[in-house]
Amino acid sequence: MTSRDLILARIRAAVGDAPDVEIPRGYRGPGAESDGLIEHFAERVRDYRAVVHVVDAAEVAAAIGDALARREAGRVVVPAGFPAEWLAESVIEDLTTVDAVVTTCAVAIAETGTIVLDAGDGMGRRALTLVPDYHLCVVRADQVVPGVPDALTRLDPVRPLTWISGPSATSDIELNRVEGVHGPRTLEVIISI
Amino acid sequence: MSQTFVGMPSFPKNAAIAVQDSQLRFNLRKATRTIRGKRASVVEELPDWAELRQAGKAIKDHTLRNLERYLVQMEAAVSAAGGTVHWAKDAEEANRIVAGLVKATGETEVVKVKSMATQEIGLNEALAVEGVTAYETDLAELIVQLGDDWPSHILVPAIHRNRAEIREIFLAKMADVPADLTDEPKALADAARLHLRERFLRAKVAISGANFMIAETGTLVVLESEGNGRMCLTLPETLISVVGIEKLLPAWRDLEVFLQLLPRSSTGERMNPYTSMWTGAVEGQDFHLVLLDNGRTDVLADEVGRQALRCIRCSACLNVCPVYERAGGHAYGSVYPGPIGAILTPQLRGMDTALDRSLPFASSLCGACYDVCPVAIDIPSVLVDLRAKARHPRTERIGMAAAGWVFNRSVRLARAQRFGGRMRKLIPKRLPGPMSGWTDTRDLPDIPQESFRAWWDRTEGGAR
Repeated sequence: MTSRDLILARIRAAVGDAPDVEIPRGYRGPGAESDGLIEHFAERVRDYRAVVHVVDAAEVAAAIGDALARREAGRVVVPAGFPAEWLAESVIEDLTTVDAVVTTCAVAIAETGTIVLDAGDGMGRRALTLVPDYHLCVVRADQVVPGVPDALTRLDPVRPLTWISGPSATSDIELNRVEGVHGPRTLEVIISI
Repeated sequence: MSQTFVGMPSFPKNAAIAVQDSQLRFNLRKATRTIRGKRASVVEELPDWAELRQAGKAIKDHTLRNLERYLVQMEAAVSAAGGTVHWAKDAEEANRIVAGLVKATGETEVVKVKSMATQEIGLNEALAVEGVTAYETDLAELIVQLGDDWPSHILVPAIHRNRAEIREIFLAKMADVPADLTDEPKALADAARLHLRERFLRAKVAISGANFMIAETGTLVVLESEGNGRMCLTLPETLISVVGIEKLLPAWRDLEVFLQLLPRSSTGERMNPYTSMWTGAVEGQDFHLVLLDNGRTDVLADEVGRQALRCIRCSACLNVCPVYERAGGHAYGSVYPGPIGAILTPQLRGMDTALDRSLPFASSLCGACYDVCPVAIDIPSVLVDLRAKARHPRTERIGMAAAGWVFNRSVRLARAQRFGGRMRKLIPKRLPGPMSGWTDTRDLPDIPQESFRAWWDRTEGGAR
């Protein structure tokens, strides 16, 4: 008997006659009211000690330029598919020599201050937002949803997903949060309204 | 389970030594207080926490009831997405599978994401025997590994160490450590970043666990904070994930419950910094999923105890437990310490050793663990059930049989009470010999001159 058959047989014997369970879903699902969504999202991202700017759609290119200048970032990764009107496209092979990465996102969650990347246009493969020390992410207003349930309805599980809530951090020393371990130590978010 | 803890004495002996360590008690008190406060405030913030908790409990129970169907569905989905699925009935088989996969790549080093399942099966030790070095990359795991120490907490394995101790360990054991390292948490985190950077970039094989597996889509989910998880999950060419069979969730939408319950219960954050989700082999990686039983189907067969398999390893029960806060994690002699460990370890390992038999008693049954559990595991009830199943000392069994005989008839009880009342000056506070096990840890209450019933009969309920 293979281990697969053995495990499945043991499961059958263990719960074969146990009653099934109804799942009560009385919690707030997708589609909750969403007043002040952008402010809520911005405030929650700031709580993670990330830098947040809320700018008009026409100002995004300038805001990106300002942020990179402040950072004095010389070499910047911009994934394929990043909107051309926001920045000229560039491809850099060796990530370890890069100062910054600029991306879009797939969806953003107000209640938890989370941005989700799905490796699509303007986001690129997962390592792009991991190895550089500075991540600048542009979020469009229509990408911001109220809560976690809303975000899941908009995401495709077949794509590799990275949920980002603030800069990398650890609570391993006396359970106090310290920002900046292996991922980007600085996260900056531009919300385009 | 891991061989590390084999031969440890029973919990009361370990705890008696641990509570003498004032540094340990100070570290634990400080850390658990911090995390309790953070958890309380982010749980308070959600108006539907109780509903999320009920849903979380029911989703897990439904999954366990239909585990066979969902495992087969998971296997098919991962295979369809280009991954390879392996089944391991026990620790030995899981270790053999992983070692074989690593050796097939020709590599002798692997990087690891913090994983309870691989600790449970003692994977690092098994790989070492095969000539493969496993490097832990989670900061707390690194502190434990460098300090040649044991983990003492599910989420923060080095919770028993304070910043000064961590600095000492880094200075002594970390090859490339800055000579002027301070004990500032920021400086310590930077040292770890520097130490592991090259290792991440050159690693060819990574080993992880997973917080959740989605049967419907074949997706694996890993929650983390530091980015070491993302490094391991994305950079190496080969990824091997060892996951307990109880980590399944039926559907993609079920994450809407667990991605709210877990971060708030474990680190006390609205969301952990990074969550990675992947389905099968992505971005050109070679992906292997090892489904691990290792005693879980035995737990599943126990009607009372099976609820322990709902556990999502958040460690909220450790942080509120008065026993854990004083005794620390090492006293439990298992990679699963605290209240959840006290019910999980004896069920996974059996109750053959003095240590495992003593674990169900490592609790005051105060119930704080049940209150905070995000999947409503009734830990006190399981503890009581396991206590009944544990083999008790002979003197205790005789004493209980005698007490049962007396309590079973009111006439006998009344006689015993009258006798006790008369002899009350002579009854010792502590019993000798094998009976001292009972009185050493209990205070004998003062015996009244007469029982309540005798008083009621004599005074007609206080009327006379």
